[in-house]
Parts: sequence; structure tokens; C-alpha cells
Amino acid sequence: MIKILSAQVGEYKKASFATPVFMILEVIMEMLIPLMMASIIDDGVEKGDINHIIMIGIVMVIAAAFGLFCGIMGGVFGAKASAGFAKNLRKTMFEKIQTFSFSNIDRFSSASLITRMTTDVTNLQNAYQMILRMCFRAPLSLICAMAMSFYVNVRLASVYLVAVVILGCILVFIVMNAMKYFTQMFRKYDDLNSSVQENVTAIRVVKAFVREEHEKNLFERACDGLYRIACKAERIVAINAPVMMMAIYSCILLISWLGAKMIIQNTLTTGELMMLLTYCMNILMNLMMLSLVFVMLSMSQASGERICEVLTEEPDIVNPENPVYEVTDGGIIFDHVTFRYNENSEKPVLNDINLVIQPGETIGIIGGTGSSKSSLVNLVSRLYDVTEGSLKVGGRDVREYDIETIRNEVSVVLQKNVLFSGTILDNLRWGDKDATEEECIRACKLACADEFIEKLPDGYHTYIEQGGSNVSGGQKQRLCIARALLKHPKILILDDSTSAVDTATDARIRKAFRDEIPETTKLIIAQRISSVQDSDRILVLENGEINGLGTHEELMKENEIYRDVYRSQNRDISSEKGGMNDGREE
Amino acid sequence: MAEKNNYSPPRGPGRPRRGMVGVGPKLENPGMLIKRLLGYVMKRYGLQYGIVILCIIVSVLCNVQGTMFMRTLIDQYITPMLMDHSHDFSGLNHAILRVASFYALGVCASFLQQQIMIVVTQGTMKSLRKDVFNHMESLPIKYFDTHAHGDIMSVYTNDIDTLRQMISQSIPQFINSGITIISVVACMIVLSIPLTLVTFAMVAVMLFCSRKLAGFSGGYFMKQQQDLGKENGFIEEMLSGQKVVKVFNHEEENIQRFNELNESLYESSNNAHKFANIMMPVNAQLGNISYVIVAIVGGILAITGFSGLTLGELASFLTFNKSFNMPINQISMQINSIVMALAGAGRIFELMDEKPETDEGYVMLVNARIDENGEIHECQERTGTWAWKHYHKDSDTTTYVKQEGNIEFLGVDFGYDSRKIVLHDIKMYAKPGQKIAFVGSTGAGKTTITNLINRFYDIQDGKIRYDGININKIKKADLRRSLGMVLQDTHLFTATVKENIRYGKLDATDEEVYAAARLANADEFIRRLPQGYDTVLRGDGANLSQGQRQLLSIARAAIADPPALILDEATSSIDTRTEKIIQEGMDKLMEGRTTFVIAHRLSTIRNSECIMVLEQGRIIERGSHEELMEKKGRYYQLYTGNLVLS
Repeated sequence: MIKILSAQVGEYKKASFATPVFMILEVIMEMLIPLMMASIIDDGVEKGDINHIIMIGIVMVIAAAFGLFCGIMGGVFGAKASAGFAKNLRKTMFEKIQTFSFSNIDRFSSASLITRMTTDVTNLQNAYQMILRMCFRAPLSLICAMAMSFYVNVRLASVYLVAVVILGCILVFIVMNAMKYFTQMFRKYDDLNSSVQENVTAIRVVKAFVREEHEKNLFERACDGLYRIACKAERIVAINAPVMMMAIYSCILLISWLGAKMIIQNTLTTGELMMLLTYCMNILMNLMMLSLVFVMLSMSQASGERICEVLTEEPDIVNPENPVYEVTDGGIIFDHVTFRYNENSEKPVLNDINLVIQPGETIGIIGGTGSSKSSLVNLVSRLYDVTEGSLKVGGRDVREYDIETIRNEVSVVLQKNVLFSGTILDNLRWGDKDATEEECIRACKLACADEFIEKLPDGYHTYIEQGGSNVSGGQKQRLCIARALLKHPKILILDDSTSAVDTATDARIRKAFRDEIPETTKLIIAQRISSVQDSDRILVLENGEINGLGTHEELMKENEIYRDVYRSQNRDISSEKGGMNDGREE
Repeated sequence: MAEKNNYSPPRGPGRPRRGMVGVGPKLENPGMLIKRLLGYVMKRYGLQYGIVILCIIVSVLCNVQGTMFMRTLIDQYITPMLMDHSHDFSGLNHAILRVASFYALGVCASFLQQQIMIVVTQGTMKSLRKDVFNHMESLPIKYFDTHAHGDIMSVYTNDIDTLRQMISQSIPQFINSGITIISVVACMIVLSIPLTLVTFAMVAVMLFCSRKLAGFSGGYFMKQQQDLGKENGFIEEMLSGQKVVKVFNHEEENIQRFNELNESLYESSNNAHKFANIMMPVNAQLGNISYVIVAIVGGILAITGFSGLTLGELASFLTFNKSFNMPINQISMQINSIVMALAGAGRIFELMDEKPETDEGYVMLVNARIDENGEIHECQERTGTWAWKHYHKDSDTTTYVKQEGNIEFLGVDFGYDSRKIVLHDIKMYAKPGQKIAFVGSTGAGKTTITNLINRFYDIQDGKIRYDGININKIKKADLRRSLGMVLQDTHLFTATVKENIRYGKLDATDEEVYAAARLANADEFIRRLPQGYDTVLRGDGANLSQGQRQLLSIARAAIADPPALILDEATSSIDTRTEKIIQEGMDKLMEGRTTFVIAHRLSTIRNSECIMVLEQGRIIERGSHEELMEKKGRYYQLYTGNLVLS
């Protein structure tokens, strides 16, 4: 983990080295001050030498000023190094995520990726700064102070050595114990927050079922649980301060007592005693600081691990070695294709699919909820890789193509589609970033989106809010289709992309496809029979297997599922003048 | 934060928090906030907090007298003993013992303070969380529709947390520092007035510097939060739409835009931390300089004997000088976090001050049994028959009205915002057992009508009667219990599938759960899940398809076995064959009960007794499918597909 993360320091290595160096210099300056102070008292005050006092005093001020300079530089470089480290981390993660395949994304889920890129990175940034500024400063300061003490008086300094060892053991013990509870506490805390989150988003369900009391009880129990574990954890940590105080006080008393005797025996001066007492604070404070750093580090360890998971995740769809950059035609061949989302799952999502689709053909796909319609089409543009068998586009296995090429040639309008914040034109140009306004308008006309865009106050320059929240479902779907059309694909896939569009418009879109882009192969998934009825062939999927394939008329004769679906949508069609499908031929 | 459009449908899953909300706050009335906050803590933990303060005072005083001991040690023992070369340590031993016992007292006080403080802090956090949550649950739907979910969440994730710091650290630290400063100043004055003045001068310089630096870094911290918000927003938008990004090969462009945002975040973050980092060494070194100056001045004073300063006094004073700088630093550091915490407290109290849903209703829904005379009797067990228990205050009598599902709208006007009416003069009668459908384009007011029946919102004008009773008189809980709801957005909870279905009826047996699942045609796919009914759903059922989630939410409503049912686009993502199977089940369940249906797919509602066609908040056509087809009006156009419905 450390190796992966430290690679992210990148161009901020210099700053990362400079920080501890300046921190160390600052420590040295700080250490010199008590030493000089002893000289002021012993050689100056006691001997009544004012010149000496002033001279040493000036040296001390210079030392303090130099220390100040070092401290500032340490702070400046520390900020730079840690902010840069965070920047690189985010950058690398974002770039890495861009290489993820659908199944990589599925594995993490978008929400968890977002937390990893935001909260976890911030945690690491703080931890990194702490390491740079404290990890060297604290131990060094401790060692220096210790060395100085030994230099001044070996017998008295050994008091500190004993104190440090004892205190160190106690601190380690406390931290170890507390960490155990802290990890539990953080988990409980996360659960608590996610339960609040659910209550906020699902408040209508809570209120509709009159479950306020139920939720309150659940939350109360979660709160109590958190309270208990938090108290346990903090109680242990809280022992720190009194133990620390006790150590400092004992040292002061011991040193004072022993020191007083030594002064009288003339083996120690008053100034030296003062100096030793100053170092005492220094040593123990730094020990405390170290334990704090340790706690912080172990807390951010979880964040570090979560980030590493992202950084070490291998994108499972990568470009082949000698990729093919051209797709000759829009023919698709499924050759014994079997597909599982997860290698361990027992039942395949798609089982032994065999299907040949000619270039320019329009294929309708019908099937129940969970019959793997989407999985089938997602394989074509290599959003997922087949588990067994092979899938050929334009006569070649999709795995031989350059990924960008195949995705440009196979344009998918996803079921869960998203518009991004930006103008309508911005959104359309996702399909082709060099598209002129005319080209965009043409695509919108094809997708029957032009008619409503025209009516918007700013037309094609209307700003779309995040997630497309200011256009209706049907409008969004049409925009998404237009966006996909701008790629000028050889294969166009609509995954239930007109469900919110009314039947008449739906029919006009299909007519436009037929007339304007006849050479493009079209795969259309739909719930409505009317959306696929006029396709060249219709595929009926059931539980991941092909149940029927043929024209509308053939399927009406042969396929029970198809007939069923048809009937469920056209129950008393014969008794009425206008059925749902009348809009089809205009 | 208020939504710009008057109609705000339930939002999708809440977003993760975006950095800190509202940093750099201008506090409206900090005094009131502090008072209210302390009041909240004191009411619960007043005694404990008192003890804590006492402990702080004790430990500070013990510490101060320990430092004063330095003078005693040097002036009264070491110097005299050096003079007369005596080796009588008994006085010294006594003094040390006395100090030791003071120190021991200080340690005990500190220990006590720490341990009690945990109870106070964690306990306050606990009751604050509970109070906020309980209050939130009682707020009307309007609150959730008009506030961004991320902002509500940040009250829990950010604001309560910063408050914890304030209660557990900042306030005790403040008291501690305050007492330390007072006692140290007192001691310093006793020791030497000139040196005290020197120290004060240096403290003034320190305060000036840290205020300047805090000002700089505060500005950059605000900028950092803004940039962080921007970048997080971008990350959130792009990662949520990552699949679309992949489909369009848009990775490169994204990385470019991301890098720009990332660069400016780096700039502001670097600056913010830079100034914050500088603060510590500046104060520390200024402290050192102050120490040095005191040493020089003190040394000169001691030699010249100008103000009778002894060596021991100087030694003590130097220690005081050091321990004087520390609390000053701490106070300047705490002020920032206190301001932040108070801003958080402001938001917490704002939420707690929101008016809860009012409920003046007193008519209750009870299980009932009807005897041979046709009289209604209240009973405890579920009979499948319900009655409204109506208590009349003036005559002190209780009457029972059978719950039948007769719902009338009489000239109802409604607007989410009282200035903008979205429903006009709605008249409608739903007879028991009828299936009433609403049809119309997005924004026509279909969902709004259902929001009124269950009183998620209250009407502006007109009347809604339920079995002849004005719904304002019915207890909200009972009203809602009598209406099963299946919403467009499914919203499942993090729990097992079984628990999610059971949400409709908490005491349902496993058998009942299975039956409900079968009715919703969900049994089959549930059994195919890795752990069947015990599979844990996470993140609003992220591992299920939209259709499967809708099946579960139907099962959840079915198990509640409600007297009336509202289906708001409940089957929009379910294929028509499955829908038909469910519909048969639901029809059986709802036989003799009233059902309201909103559906986009007209085939779904064809068999409704009455179809209302809504447009711009008005009912423009009503009647059965046949009648409406006959009429050749708007419905006919919709049905035959000659009108854009989107």
C-alpha cells in the first residue's frame, strides 16, 4: 500500500523532502535555546556579567528567528507537498476510473467510487501532511532533547529515559486498545449515516406506511449502540492526558529533588537544572505527539486501503495488442455466446446464444423483466466480455478491435441514461465533438427532439441541469437518441430508449431511422410490441435464451410468449377503431 | 436552497455530502446560539459539566502552584543551602512532598474531568442525534421537497460532528486557558511587574500575527471549500454517468476538465494550509523570542537588583512565560473551530425549529366487525373490515362509520406555493371498489392529486371527504394506514428482502411475506438471488433491476393489505406480461376496495371504472375507456397515439 501511495507524490518529491529537513532544522534551533538559557543564568546572572547576557541573548534571538524561518518554510513546503499529493491521487484515480470497464464499475458502485475520491483522499492529504511535519520532527525533537539532557547530566537524564520507556509502553497499550473500538465505532457511524440518508430519500415511503415510530426506534437503537462503543473508545484514549500529566509531574519532582541535592554538592548548576526541566516538557510532549500521529495514521489506513483498491484494480477490458481500427460493416454474429456477470454465479445470464444479424437489418428484442435483454446488447459494443463463445461484428471478434473504434461504431442508448450539466448542444456533441450546429439539428430531427427543442426559450442553447432534471423523461430519451446518432454508427442499439415517448412519436423516430439511415444495423429493445412490430425480425428472449425469432406475423403464429405480450397490450383491439399501434404507418 | 420549480418530485438517492456546507458563516446571533446550545447541554448534563469545570480549576491551580514551587526550590532551599553549606534536606523533602500531593490532586482532577467529559459529550451527541432525527421524521413532505437532501444529510455528518469538537474540546479548552491565563497573570504580577509588561507586549505581537494569518488562511479555506464543492460535484456527476462516458469514449475530455478543476483545488488547498501551517511555528518562535527577551531583561534586573528580582523568581517567571503563551495560542486556535461549530449549531437548530406536520385529526381507523343488525363494533383483531371511529366532543358520543373507500374531491384548489395554483377546482367521486385512473402529461398534476389524498400536502381551497368525513378530521397516521401506496421511485431499505417486504406489516409471518411476493410475481426472482429472501439489499436495491425493485415495492404494499390503494406509475418498468399477472393478483386483493392508478401506459388503465384526463391542473375529460373513446377527445388522441405525451 505504501509503495503504491508514495508513487503518487510525483513532482512534489522535492517539497516532501524539504518539509522534514526544515522541520529538523527548526527542532535544532529550538533545542539550542534552553542550552543558551542555562548559560545566561549560570555565566550571566550568577556571575553578574551583563555583557554575556546580552551577547547570548542576541544569539538566542537569531536562533529563534532562524527557527521561525525554518518553521515557516516547513509549513509552506508541507502544505505544498500534501496538497500536491492529494491532487496527484485524485488525478490518478480519476484517470484510472476512466479506464474501468462496466464490470469494474459495477464491482465498486458509483457511490463508493465517489466517496473514495472525495472523503478518503482528504483523509490521506491530512495524514500525509502530518507525516511530513511530525513524523520526523517529533522523534528527532525527542532524541535531541534526550541527548542534550544526557550531555548536561547523565544521572538526571536517565530519569527521563525510564519515564519515556514506561510512558511509551502505556501509550502503545492505550492506542492498540482504542483502535479496536475506533474501527467498530467508524463502522457503526457509517451505518448510522446511511440509515439517515435512507430516511431522507425514502421519506415518502416512511410516511405512507406510517413508519415514523418504527424508524425512530431503529435509529434510537443505532444511536445507543454508537454511544456505547464511542464511550468505550474515548474512555481509553482519555487516560492519555492524566497519564501524561503524571509522568511530567513525577519527572519534575524527581529532577527537582535530585537536582537540588546535586547543586548543593556542586555537581550541577541552577541553570542546568532549569534546562533539564525545560527538556522534560519537550521530551514527553513529543512522545505524546508521536502517539497522536500513530492514531491518525491507523485511522487513515482504511482510507488508504480503499484508495489502493481503486488504483490496483485491473480494468478487465483492455485493448488488444494489434487492434483493428476499422469496422467493415454492421453485421453481428453471436456464436455460442454464454455470459455471466460473475464467474462464480451458477446460472449464466445468457446461455448459448446463436444469432446472425445482417448489416442494415432492424432487430426488435422483446422479453420479460430480467430476461437479459440489456446484457445481450451490452456485449456488442464490448461493454462486457463474453464468458464463452465469440461475438463478431463486421466479421471479426469484438475483442480484436480498438475499444474506442468499436464503441464509436456501435452506438448504445442505455436504459439508465444520463444527460450532463451543460447546454443541449454540449450534450449532443458528446456524440461528435466537432459536430456543427446543423449536424446536431439534423440528428435531433431524426430523433424527433427538434420539435420540443425549438419551443424552448433558448432553443439548442438551453442549459440542461445535472442529470437532465429540467426536461421530461420522454424529452431526455429523445436527446439521448440524438446524441447517439451523432456518432454516425454502423450499429445503433436502443435499450428501451423510447419507453417514455408516446407511440406516435416513437413510430416517427423508427420511420426516420428506416428512411435516413437504412445501412445502419439497428437493435431495438422495447416493452411495447408496437415499437418492434415493424422490425425485420424480432427476437424473443426468455431467461437468457432465445425463445423465438421471426417477423411479427411468424411470431404471432408460433410463439406463445410473443402472443401473450401482444394480447396483454391489445386486449380488445378488434372491438375498437383505433388500436395502440395505429400510429405505426404514417 | 428552495427549488425553483413549483413542482418538485421526489429526488433520486441523496448525494454524498459536498465538502462542508456554508463555510465562512456570518453568524446571525452568536450569543443566542451559544446560550441555546449551552442550555441544551446544561439541561441534560448540568451537574456533570459543573464538576468538569471544577476539575479544570483544580488541575490548573495545582499546575500553577507547581510552577511557583520553582521559586521556593531555588530561593528558599538551594541558594541558602549553597550559602551555609548545610546538608539538611528535611525542609526540602517536606516541600517536595507537599507539591507532590498537589500534583496528585491535579492528576486526579484531570482524570475525572476527562472521563466525565466523555459522558457529557457522547451523551449530548446521542440525544442531539435522536432529537434531530425524531424531529425530522415529524416534518412534512414539503420540507424534504424544498430542501436539498445533501444539505439535510450534512446536518448529521458535518454539523453534529463539529459540535462534538466544540463541546468536548473547545469549551473545556477555553475554560482551561482562561483560568490558566488569569492565574498565571496573577502569579507573574506577584513575581515581577516589569517582566509582566514585557510579556504582555510580546503577547500583543503574537495575537496580531495570528489574527492576520488566520484572516489569510480563512479566506483561502473558504476558497478551498468552494473548489472542493465544485470538484466533488464534477466527480459525482461524471462517476454517476460513468457508463455513458464509456459508451461515448468521452474519457479524455473528462480527464482534461477534471485536471483543470483539480489544479485550482490544489492552488487554494495549498494556500489555505500554507497559512494555517505557518501559524504554529510563528507563534512558537515568537513565544521563544518572548522567552529570550524576558530572560535578558530578567537577567539584567536580577544582577542590578533593580526591582528586587531573585534568581528563583526569574526561573519561575520564565516557566510562567512559557505556560502563558500556550493558552493564548490555544484560544486563538479554538476561536476558529467555535465559529464553525456555531454555524453548524445554527443549522441544527434551524432544522429543529422547522414546524412539524400538524395533525388536528381525531377520527381513527379501527378494525371492526359488523353484527347481524348491521351495527359496527370495534375489535382488536384484523377482520378485513375497518371503521372510522368518530368521537363527537359536543355530545360526548362515539359513532362508527364503515370504511368503504368513498373519496370525494369538492372544488379542490391546490398549489405547492400558495401564489401558484397547480390544481384548479378538482371535482371527483370515487365509489367503493372503483378503480380510478389519472392520465395526463408530465406536470399535469397527477401525482399531486395523490399527494393530497394522503395529506402529504394540504389543500388551499375546497374539501376532500373520505367516507363522508373531511380528511382534515382524520388522524394522519390512520388516514395513511388506510391508503396503501406504491410510488414511482421505489426506495428500498438496507435490509434483507424479507425485511423490506415486511415493512408494509411489521408483524407479518414468513408465510405472509412469501404470499405477498407471489402476488407481486416477485417470488421467482427472489428465490434466484444468492441468499433468497435473506439477501441483503444495499444502496436502495442497487443490485436489482428497476423492474425487480418495483415488484418488491408492490409486494410491500400488498402485505399491508390496505383498504384503499394508490399506484403511482407502479409498474412502469415491468414488462406487460408480468404486469398482467400482477394486475390479476392486485385486482383480487383490491376487490371491493378503491384503487387510484397513475400510469403512462394506457393499456394498464383500460379496465378502470373511471379515467380522469388531466391537463394543466384541470380535469378535462372523465369517463370509462369506452366512453372516452366514443367522445373522440383528448383521451382518444392519446390512446391512438396522435398526441405527444411526454
